[in-house]
Amino acid sequence: MAEAAIELVGINKSFGTVRANRDINLVIERGSILGIVGENGAGKSTLMSILYGFYQADSGEIKVGGKAVAIKTPNDAIAHGIGMVHQHFMLVENFTVIENVILGAEHEALLKSSIAKARSELERLEREYGLEVDPDAVIEELPVGLQQRVEILKALYRGAEILILDEPTGVLTPAEADHLFRILRQLKEQGKTIVLITHKLREIMAITDTVSVMRQGTVVATRETAKTTVEELAELMVGRRVLLRVEKGEARPGAVKLSVRNLTVRDSRGVTMVSDVSFDVRGGEIVGIAGVAGNGQSELIEAVSGIRRAVSGSVMLDGAAIEVTGHADPGELRDRGLAHVPEDRHHVGLVLAFEENENSILGYHDKQQYLNGPFLKIDAVRDDARRKIEKFDIRPPDCRLRTANFSGGNQQKIVLARELEQDPGVLIVGQPTRGVDVGAIEFIHKQLIAMRDRGKAVLLISVELDEIRSLSDRILVMFDGRVVGERGPDATEGELGLLMAGVESQEAAE
Amino acid sequence: MEFFEALINILNSTIRVSVPLLLACLAGLYSERAGIFDIGLEGKMLAGAFAGAAAAAVFGSAWIGLLVAVLVSVALALVHGFASITHRGNQIVSGVAINFIAAGSTIILGQAWFNQGGRTPSLTADGRFGAITLPFADQLRDVPVVGQIYSGLLSGHTLLAYLAFLAVPFTWWVLFRTRFGLRLRAVGENPAAVDTAGISVAWLRYRAVICTGVLTGLAGCYMSLSQNAGFVKDMTAGRGYIALAALIFAKWKPVPAMFACLLFGFLDALSIRLQGTPLPIVGKVPVQFMQALPYVLTVILLAGFIGKAIPPRAGGVPYVKER
Repeated sequence: MAEAAIELVGINKSFGTVRANRDINLVIERGSILGIVGENGAGKSTLMSILYGFYQADSGEIKVGGKAVAIKTPNDAIAHGIGMVHQHFMLVENFTVIENVILGAEHEALLKSSIAKARSELERLEREYGLEVDPDAVIEELPVGLQQRVEILKALYRGAEILILDEPTGVLTPAEADHLFRILRQLKEQGKTIVLITHKLREIMAITDTVSVMRQGTVVATRETAKTTVEELAELMVGRRVLLRVEKGEARPGAVKLSVRNLTVRDSRGVTMVSDVSFDVRGGEIVGIAGVAGNGQSELIEAVSGIRRAVSGSVMLDGAAIEVTGHADPGELRDRGLAHVPEDRHHVGLVLAFEENENSILGYHDKQQYLNGPFLKIDAVRDDARRKIEKFDIRPPDCRLRTANFSGGNQQKIVLARELEQDPGVLIVGQPTRGVDVGAIEFIHKQLIAMRDRGKAVLLISVELDEIRSLSDRILVMFDGRVVGERGPDATEGELGLLMAGVESQEAAE
Repeated sequence: MEFFEALINILNSTIRVSVPLLLACLAGLYSERAGIFDIGLEGKMLAGAFAGAAAAAVFGSAWIGLLVAVLVSVALALVHGFASITHRGNQIVSGVAINFIAAGSTIILGQAWFNQGGRTPSLTADGRFGAITLPFADQLRDVPVVGQIYSGLLSGHTLLAYLAFLAVPFTWWVLFRTRFGLRLRAVGENPAAVDTAGISVAWLRYRAVICTGVLTGLAGCYMSLSQNAGFVKDMTAGRGYIALAALIFAKWKPVPAMFACLLFGFLDALSIRLQGTPLPIVGKVPVQFMQALPYVLTVILLAGFIGKAIPPRAGGVPYVKER
C-alpha cells in the first residue's frame, strides 16, 4: 500500500443541531484518485471544506504526509499543498485568467512581476498537463469547461499536490467531462493525489482507484473501485436497493397533443438559437430532446411554454394555436393544460424565500379552490400542500418551512408535485434530475413514466444522455439550433454523441 | 477675446466646484469597488468639513484642521464598516444613518462650541489653504491662449485641488497595478473567490472604507478650508449624492469619474454664471430654474445616456460564508 498523502482521524462537525460529519476516518493514498460519493447532504462537501480550512472541525485530526497539522484557513491548506476546485467556481468573472490565477498568490505589492511569473508558469503547466487556456481571456467569456480548467490551474499554480474537486462534472458536457478525466489521469501520473466528490456513480467507476461512500455524515464503506459495482454503491449511498434502470412498458402513442412547426427563436442578444424546428408530441409518449447544453433546447422550451417570444413558426396545443410569436401568456397556457417544469428551479420554478405551501400553488394560486374572493384560503392551500408532500415524499414533511431550506432533490419534487397534480395534458420538463439524489431520481422517473401511461404527452429536455435514453420513446437530437436527427430509445450512446457533436446523420450512420 | 476670457472663467470655476465632487466620487469608488455601497459620502463630507473648520479655528492651522477632518471622516467610515462588514447590516440604512448623524451633530456641536448659529468662526489665512501660484504664472498671464490657460485656468488653485486631480491617476494605478487594487476589485465582484484564495474579506473591505474616509475628509476640508472660510450648516448641499451619481455615470472607473465630476461641475458653474443673465430666445430665466439645472440633467443623464451601468457584482451584499 502506498503512503498516505492525507489522513483524517475522527473528524466531527456540527452546524447547530445538524451533525454534518460524525467520527470520520479516511486515508487518501498518494498518487491515487479517491472518489467520495453520497447523496446531497451526506456531508461530503463539509468534510472537504474542513480539509481546505473553510470550516474548523469540532474535533478530530488532519495528518498531511503523516504529520498532524492545523488547517485553520484556506491559506494553511494551500501551504500544505492542498488545492480545491469548488462546485461553484471561485472566479472573479470580469477578471482575466491570469488575474484570477495570481489573486491571493501575488508575491509583492506591485502586480507586474507576479503577472510575468504567472505567465511563464502557466506556459509550463500547459506543456506538462495539456491545460491550454488563453491567459488574457476574460473569465465570463469562456465556456464553463475552460473556467473549470482555470480553477485547476489556480490550484496547481499554488503548488497543490492534493487536488480536491467538488462535483466537477455537474456543469460540463459529456465531451468536456471526458477531457477533464484525461487531465486528472495525467495529473495522477505526475504523482498528484486527487479527491473527486460526486454523486454520479458512472464517473466514479470510470476514473477512481478507490471509493468511499458517505451517508448521513458518516463514511459507511470504502471499496476498491475495480471490485465494486454501481448497484452496490447506489445501495450503500441510499441505504436500500435502488432501481437504476427505469422499468417501463411499451408506449401507446395517441393523438398529437403538441405540434411545433418551423419554430425559430432568438436569444436576448439577437443570436438565432432555434432555427426552423418542427416536431410533434403525441399523448402517451415521452419525447426526449438530447443535446449539449446551449444548442437551443432551453430557448425551445421557453418559447413553447410562452416565456420567450419566438421570431417565427407556430405551435399547436390540442389543435389550437399558441401565440408563440405574439403575446403567449404562460398563465393561460397552464389553464389550457400545458404544464412546465423549468430547467432552472431556483430562478424560474420557485421563490426560495417563500414557504413550501406557497410555492406548491404558485402559478395556480388564482384557481377557485384556493380562493375566497380576493383572499387566499390559507387552510385549503396548506392542506393541499400536505397532500402533495405525502404523495411525493417531500422531506422534511413541513409545509411551513422556507423552500430554500429543502435539499435540491426535494425542491425539484415540490415543483413536480405542483405541476403534475394539476393533471396537465402536456408536460414540458427541463433537466428533471439536475442536482437530485439517486433515490429521488428513481422516484421522479417513475412519476414521468406514470404521466405517459395515463396518456399524457411529455416533452423532456436533459443534458444527461442516460436519462434521455432510459425515459424517451423517441429521441430528437439538437445541434446548433436545429433538430439534426431522430432516433428510437435503442440508439447507442455513441450514435447520439456523434449527432450531438454535429456530425451529420449520414456520416453517423456509416 | 471677451468670449475666451469668459470661457476661461467658467472653466476655472468648473474646476473649483468639481474638486469636492471628485474627492467624494473617488472615495465612493474605493468603497463600492470593494462591494460596500456608501450612500453616506454626504455625511462624511459634512462631518469632515465641520471638524476641519472647527479644529482650524481653534488651533489656527489648516494642517491640523485637515488632520482632524480626516480622522473624523475615517471614524464615521469605520462605523459604516462595522455595521456593514462585521455585523452584515444593510448598507443603505447604515449610510443614511451616518448622513443624519452628520447633519444633526455638526449643527448642535457648532452651536455648543462657537455660539454662532451652527457656524464655525471665520478662518484667518493661516486656518485656510491658500491658492498656489504655479511657476511663471504671473509672467505668462499676457501670452495669448496658452498663457491664459496656464495662469488663468491651471494656476491659482489650492493644494487640495491639485491633490484631487493627482488622485485620479493614482487611484487608477492602485486599482489596476497593485496587489491591493487587484484584491479590492476582486472582493467587490466575488468575495468567496477572495476568501478561498486565503485573503481576509473583512480586513480588505475595512481598508477600502478607510480609503473612503480619508478622501471624504479631504473633500469636506476643501469645502470649509479652501472654498469657504469656515463651516456653515448643510454646506455640502447634496454633493455627496451628486458624487455617487457621477460614480455610476462613470461606471466605477477613475478617469471617467473625473470627467463625470467635471461635467457636473461645469453644469454647476454654468448655472451660477447664467443666473440673472438673459438668454437668447427664452429671455430671463428664474434663478431657481438655473440652480435646478445640474440636478435635472443628472436625472436625465442617469436615466438615458449612460447605457447599462453594471455595479460591482457583490455590491451591497454582506459576505456570509456559505454552508
